[in-house]
Amino acid sequence: MIFNEEFETMPREALEAIQLRRLQATVARVYNTVPFYRRRFDEAGVKPEDIRVLADLHKLPFTYKNDLRDNYPYGMFAVPMDLVTRIHASSGTTGKPTVVGYTARDIQTWAELMARTLTAAGTRKEDIVHNAYGYGLFTGGLGVHYGAEKLGASVIPISGGNTKRQVMIMKDFGPTVLTCTPSYALHVAEAAEEMGVSFRDLKFKAGIFGAEPWSERMRQEIERKLNVKAMDVYGLSEVMGPGVAIECIEAQNGLHVFEDHFIPEIIHPRTGEALPYGTPGELVFTTITKEAFPVIRYRTRDLSVLHPEPCRCGRTIVRMGRIQGRSDDMLIIRGVNVFPSQIESVIMETRQFAPHYQLMVERVGNLDQLTVLVEVNEGMFSDEIKNLQSIERDLEKNIRETLGVTTRVKLVEPKSIQRSEGKAVRVIDKRNI
Amino acid sequence: MNVKQISIFLENKPGRLAEVTRIFEESQINIRALALADTSEFGILRLIVNDNEKAQRMLKDRGYTVGVTEVVAVEVEDRPGGLHRILAALSKDHINVEYMYAFVRQSGRNAVLIFRFDDVASAVKRLAAEGMRVIDGKDLYAM
Repeated sequence: MIFNEEFETMPREALEAIQLRRLQATVARVYNTVPFYRRRFDEAGVKPEDIRVLADLHKLPFTYKNDLRDNYPYGMFAVPMDLVTRIHASSGTTGKPTVVGYTARDIQTWAELMARTLTAAGTRKEDIVHNAYGYGLFTGGLGVHYGAEKLGASVIPISGGNTKRQVMIMKDFGPTVLTCTPSYALHVAEAAEEMGVSFRDLKFKAGIFGAEPWSERMRQEIERKLNVKAMDVYGLSEVMGPGVAIECIEAQNGLHVFEDHFIPEIIHPRTGEALPYGTPGELVFTTITKEAFPVIRYRTRDLSVLHPEPCRCGRTIVRMGRIQGRSDDMLIIRGVNVFPSQIESVIMETRQFAPHYQLMVERVGNLDQLTVLVEVNEGMFSDEIKNLQSIERDLEKNIRETLGVTTRVKLVEPKSIQRSEGKAVRVIDKRNI
Repeated sequence: MNVKQISIFLENKPGRLAEVTRIFEESQINIRALALADTSEFGILRLIVNDNEKAQRMLKDRGYTVGVTEVVAVEVEDRPGGLHRILAALSKDHINVEYMYAFVRQSGRNAVLIFRFDDVASAVKRLAAEGMRVIDGKDLYAM
C-alpha cells in the first residue's frame, strides 16, 4: 500500500529534477542563515550557485556530529526562534545531546512521511497503532504519533515501560500494529509469555521496529514470537527522526528512502569518496525540505548500501540495506577493512555462541594481530581439550573464509568480557601507531 | 552406578584455581579427586566431590561454566601391574580411554582410577567380566 502515489512512484528523472531544485534552495538558505555552513562552504571554496546538477552535491563539505555539538544548542538552526514550534534532542550517550528544531511545516512534513511509513508497513485508517516508542525528547514516540493521526489510524500513546500494563492493553484494546524498538518487542514477548498471554490470541498483524540496529535473525525471532510481519524503519533526529526510510510489507527487502525530502549517499568512511550504487559504505544524508534544522551531507556513521532498482511494491525511490554496523568501529587489519558486526554475524552463525565477544588488536612485530575473545557457555563447553580447541579452529576458519582476515580465537570465562549499560565495548585497540 | 564428574572452564591466569578452591572452602565441599588439563591459554578442571549438586550450584552462581560427565571409577591393588591389567583388558575390546587420573585411598592399599570413556557401557561390561571392582558413585563421594 502506498500513501502518496505521486511522490513514492515518480519516474526517476522527474524526482531528480525536484531534488535539484530543492537542494539548490536549501544550500542557498543555509549559506545565508547559518554562520557554520557559510564558513564551511567558504573554506571549501564552494558557493551556492556552484550547485548546477545533482552530482555537484559532492562539492559540498560534510557535516559531522561534532559540528552539531560545537553549535549546541541552537547554533545550527536556520530560522529564528519564533518560527520554531518543536524541539527534540538525541540521547547524548557520548557527550552533550544533539538539539534539533522543527517549524510548523517541518512537523507537517514529518507527519506526512510517517503516514507513508505506516502505510508501507500495512497500516490503514481502521488500524489501531500501539505506539511503545518513548514520548519525550526522543523523536520515536511523537514521530509515530503524528503519522498515525495524519493517516487517520487510531493511536494508543502508551510510550515505553510498564510492560505488564502494555500486555494488558494489547489484550483488551486489540491493537493491530506495534511500533517500538526491536529489543523491546522481544522483551514484551517474554513478559506476555510469563503472564500466560499468547500473541496468537492478540490482533497484531504488523510491527514497525527501529531506532537501534537489528539483524535478519532477530526479525525471524520477532515474527515467530509476536506472530506479526516485522518491518525495519530508519531515521535519526539529526535528519528528522523516524520516517527517513521504511521497508514495505510486500517485499520486506530494503528500506525505501523518501528521496523527495532527503538525498542519501554512500561514501567511503575513510576517504570520503562517493561510492556507486551497490557498494557498501557510510550513509550520508542531505535534507532538502527541512526549514528549522537542515543538514548538508550529514555523516550518519551507519553502514549500509543503496539499491536503485524499483521494488515490486511499485515504489521507484531508492532502497537502503539494513544497517550493517557503525563506521567509527571500523578496523583496518593488515589492509583489510573489518567491522565488528561482520565478525559478530560469523560468530552467531558458527555455533550457539552467546553474543558476548570482544576484539583485541595488537601489533606483533610489524604485523597487526586480531584476537577474537569469545565467552564459553554451557552449550559448547566440553570436558575435553580437543573439543574446545576445535571450536576455536572452526571459528577462525569461518572468519577467514568470510572476511579474508586471519584471526586468533580465544575462549574466555563467562562474564569476563565487560558488560556495559549502553553500547558494548567491542574493540580494544592496543596498537600504538 | 557410574560416577559423576564436574568440569570447569578456567582461563590460564594467576588466581583462577584458588578462586574455585575458595568457593569449595566456603561451602564446605570436599574434593575426592581432581585433575587439571591445560593448554597455554585455558584449562579444564575436572573434579569429583562429595556433593555434586551443591558444587554445581555454587559454581554456577559465581558465573562458572560447569559441565557434568559420567566417568568410571575402578579400584585396583596399589602394586606394580595394577593399572596394566585394566588397560590390557580394555584394549582387547578396542575401548578408547579419553583421559584418566588416579588417587590412592587413605588405607594406602588400594588405588582408585578414574576413566573417561566414549563408550561407558562396553567399558563397564568388560571391566566386570575381568573381575575388576567398579566403584559406585555414592560410595566414592562418601570415601
